[in-house]
Amino acid sequence: MKGNGVTGNANPLRRVGALVDGARDWWEHAKVWQRYLVYLGAIVFALILPAPWIGTFMSPGSDWTTVLIYPIGTYILLAVGLNVVVGQAGLLDLGFVAFFAIGGYSVAYFATQYGWNYWATVAFGILLAAVSGVILGAPTLRLRGDYLAIVTLGFGEIVRITANNTDEIGGARGITNVPHPPDIPGVVEFALLPAPYYYLMLIAIILVIIFSVRLQKSRVGRAWAAIREDEDAAELMGVPTFKFKLLAFAIGAMIGGLAGGMYAGKAVFIEPNTFPFILSATILAAVVLGGSGNLPGVMLGAFVIAWLPERFREVEWLKTALGGKDPAEFRILLFGGVLVLMMALRPEGLLPSRRRKAELHEGTGGMGTMGAEVPGPDTDVTTTEAAK
Amino acid sequence: MLDDFLNQFLPSTVGGLVFGSIYALIALGYTMVYGVLRLINFAHSEIFMIGTFTSLVVITAIAPASPLTGFALFGVMLLIILLSAAISGGAAVLLELVAYRPLRKKGATRLTALISAIGASLFLQELFALVIIPWLTGKPGRNQQSAPRIVDRDTVFSIGNAAIRTDHIIVIVAAVIMMIALDRVVNRTKIGRGIRATAQDPEAAVLMGVSIDNIVRVTFLLGGAMAGVAGALYLMEFENTVFNVGFVLGIKAFTAAVLGGIGNLRGALLGGIVLGLIENWGAIFLGSEWKDVIAFTVLVVVLMFRPTGILGESLQKARA
Repeated sequence: MKGNGVTGNANPLRRVGALVDGARDWWEHAKVWQRYLVYLGAIVFALILPAPWIGTFMSPGSDWTTVLIYPIGTYILLAVGLNVVVGQAGLLDLGFVAFFAIGGYSVAYFATQYGWNYWATVAFGILLAAVSGVILGAPTLRLRGDYLAIVTLGFGEIVRITANNTDEIGGARGITNVPHPPDIPGVVEFALLPAPYYYLMLIAIILVIIFSVRLQKSRVGRAWAAIREDEDAAELMGVPTFKFKLLAFAIGAMIGGLAGGMYAGKAVFIEPNTFPFILSATILAAVVLGGSGNLPGVMLGAFVIAWLPERFREVEWLKTALGGKDPAEFRILLFGGVLVLMMALRPEGLLPSRRRKAELHEGTGGMGTMGAEVPGPDTDVTTTEAAK
Repeated sequence: MLDDFLNQFLPSTVGGLVFGSIYALIALGYTMVYGVLRLINFAHSEIFMIGTFTSLVVITAIAPASPLTGFALFGVMLLIILLSAAISGGAAVLLELVAYRPLRKKGATRLTALISAIGASLFLQELFALVIIPWLTGKPGRNQQSAPRIVDRDTVFSIGNAAIRTDHIIVIVAAVIMMIALDRVVNRTKIGRGIRATAQDPEAAVLMGVSIDNIVRVTFLLGGAMAGVAGALYLMEFENTVFNVGFVLGIKAFTAAVLGGIGNLRGALLGGIVLGLIENWGAIFLGSEWKDVIAFTVLVVVLMFRPTGILGESLQKARA
């Protein structure tokens, strides 16, 4: 392959790769009790994460628990949802924020207008998100992958503009006084303190992760992998590709809707501008940076992308270096640059799944190769894709 | 309702043609790059944005006390069009070099390339908002920047109740001239033949001695130059711009390209005009705040029923 100098040994990301490989080998041969020990460790870690002594380092300027809920927890939830679509089924969705918005608006609208119970509105929001995922997917999932990306982008904008133009759901002013989740007497009280919301978010993330992992290891997950690698071959082998793509879309949408519901319950106030295209792009950056298709990677990516701008906000020397500007303002510039660089140096992300990495290096796993590619001596038949 | 429609039909048609010409010019860049590379050049909208800012800087530097007429107007228009085309074309070539060439050399997947394109788009927008616009204009980068008027809004003639103004004529005529010129280049020159050959079959083109790298560079240059012209015309017509002006316009221009048949130059022209008209006529019924929704819905509907567009995809088929 030409241009291998880019991925040569000088690439510092290689070393990260070696470290990860070691951990992965251990994990693959780990006993069941060892694995459960790791799960337990992770949960204990998550439980003590909001502790103030961690917060003084992680987020000296603003309340650490609040930062953990939004953006960190919310981004992780969204990234896990988008990972189902992008990482597992290999479909590029640029309008993921639409489902987040639908979940959020369902909670806000039905709770304020009809006085529904919070949990009922969350469930309904998830359902609505899934339905809109199917409505969007049904006509568009037969399209080529890159067309799908633009259509989903258009859908995200349609949802935002519609929310903006519809007075029934508050128009540009949005919906205020969204009720908090109801208290569970004697156990927990949802008010202004952030801690209960953090644990609620944690439960949601854990459930979604279990759901996602189980799916990935099931027949459905294998079908997604087959579609991602070669849709035509999958179809010939008897995989109903359209149905499975639709399923991926609906499940991704449900997770997005759940994230929206959680967000609205905490935020009290939502408006159309909470859901801009840039949020879809940010979550996509998180998934890609972490390693699409690999849950620990995706969560790491979401964490980094949510936390770094918040943290850099507090770094004094950086502020002075930027001429008094808030370093967080530069986050999108950075994400954009990171996306370009990652695609050139390490398209599989920081912590990729092995399978995904192999796919990307073979040139499968994403809509075929670009057109005017000059086939080198060691590229294989995949380049004939270009002539189609 | 119907009365409204009849009353506003002709003025809306003129508005639609003006918008449509600009969409068409931007759509050319999408369609050419897609034809050659099978890549949605998502950052093309930022190439357009760079064009608007180039014109803004030039017009502000000239700063006419009153709108221009005659030869002065012609000269200034020519200047901003040429400069915007040059700078946008250069930016597009640079973009290809940084964001796409490394991927192309590695045989990366199209998903990878599209994500790189999105990254490049965000990067360019923010670079302008944070660094370049404050440096060029001395104002906050996220604000809308307005330009002085250089063309008077005189009515030249009227059709029914639609006033055709000087600026409308300039936009439409300039767009048509640029499109004819591009059509000539692609269909009549040696480099154009290279572009068509590469679109049709890159491997065979290489064997016939076409330098792919050169062809891709020229494709980006031409597409970028068209976006630059679109930027100049947009700024002259609407007299303001902002760092993310390309976002919605870019999606619409892409819609226009798909509508006409992606990879098809004449399709881009047709798609742009049709989209401009549909959007403006639809806005009479629904109100102009629904314009973007109408355009995006057109995209979804076209892709559902005729994904190859009105004229079909054909840069590949040796006809441009």
